Amino acid sequence: MDLFTIADKTFSSRLIVGTGKYSSPAIMVQAHDASGAEMITVAVRRVNISDRSKESLLDYIDTSKYFLLPNTAGCYTADEAVRTARLGREAGLSNWVKLEVIGDEKTLFPDNEQLVAATRILVREDFVVLPYTTDDPVVCRKLEDAGAAAIMPLGAPIGSGLGIQNVNNLRIIREFARVPLIVDAGVGTASDAALAMELGADAVLMNTAIAGAQDPVAMAEAMKLAVRAGRLAFLSGRIPRKRYASASSPVEGLVGR
Amino acid sequence: MNGDTHEVSGPLTVSELLAQLQIDARRVAVEHNLVVLKREAYDRTTVREGDEVEIVNFVGGGLGIRDWGLGIRD
Repeated sequence: MDLFTIADKTFSSRLIVGTGKYSSPAIMVQAHDASGAEMITVAVRRVNISDRSKESLLDYIDTSKYFLLPNTAGCYTADEAVRTARLGREAGLSNWVKLEVIGDEKTLFPDNEQLVAATRILVREDFVVLPYTTDDPVVCRKLEDAGAAAIMPLGAPIGSGLGIQNVNNLRIIREFARVPLIVDAGVGTASDAALAMELGADAVLMNTAIAGAQDPVAMAEAMKLAVRAGRLAFLSGRIPRKRYASASSPVEGLVGR
Repeated sequence: MNGDTHEVSGPLTVSELLAQLQIDARRVAVEHNLVVLKREAYDRTTVREGDEVEIVNFVGGGLGIRDWGLGIRD
C-alpha cells in the first residue's frame, strides 16, 4: 500500500477535494465519491441569522467517511485567518487547517508574509497547519521552519485551470521539502494532476477543476486515476530524456541485410 | 452579531442565544468578544449589551472564495 501521512493521519488517497461551486449538493456527493478522496476541505462562514434555511453542508458530507479540513479561504490578514482557524477547530473538532491568507483579489495569490506569521501563531496553538503558498522554494522553506505540517504550493492561480506553470520550481521544492508537498490550485484537467504527481508531489488538492467541469462526477474519476497514474509513474522512475531516437527492436537479423 | 446589530431579550447565555435563534449548537462555532468559545463554555458565557458575537458554520468552498469573510474589514 502506497500510503501518505500528514502529521498523525495516514491516507490512501492522494487526492484532496473541495466543496465549492457545485451545481447541487447531490452532484457534489457523487463527485466526492467518484474522486476516492478521503480528505475534503470546507470553508468557514457566518451563519445567516436572518435567513436560516436548515440545510447545512454537513448534511451532505459523511464525516465517518471523509476527514474534514476547514480552510481560511477568503481571509486577507494573518489575524482574520487565525480567528477563522480557531472557529473552524471548534466547529469541526479537529485541529487541522488549510491556511490561506490571500494577498491580491485578482490573482488570489497568497500574502506570504502574513501566511508565515499566521503559521507560526497556529503551530504554537497546536494546529496542524497546511498552508497554501506560491511556488517559491524560499517561502516553502520558511513555512516548514515555522512548523507547517505540509506545504501546498500552487500550480497556477486558484480556479484558473492553467495547469502547472513552473515545473522547475516544483522540482526544486520537491528536492528540499522535508514535509509532504501538496500541489494546491491551478489544475485544469487530468494531465495537470498527473504531472504534479510525476514531479513528486505527495498529493494534489483541487476544487474548480472537478466542480466546474461539464460532468463533475466523470472528471472526479478522471482525477482519481490521474493522481494514481502520476504517482505510479513517479515511483517507477521514468527514462531519461534524449535528443535522438533509440530503437526498441533488435538491430540483428533484419531481412535483406 | 455577525457584523449586524441584533436585539435580544436581556442578558442571556450563548446556549440560550443559539436556542432562541434556532441554531443547532453542534453545527456551529461561536466567537464572543474575539474569543472562540469551547462548546462546554456556552452555558456559562453570558452575552450582554454591546458584546460582539460571531456564529459560523461550514459552507462549500475550496480555495480563495471571497464572498463573505469574517467581517473584520467591514
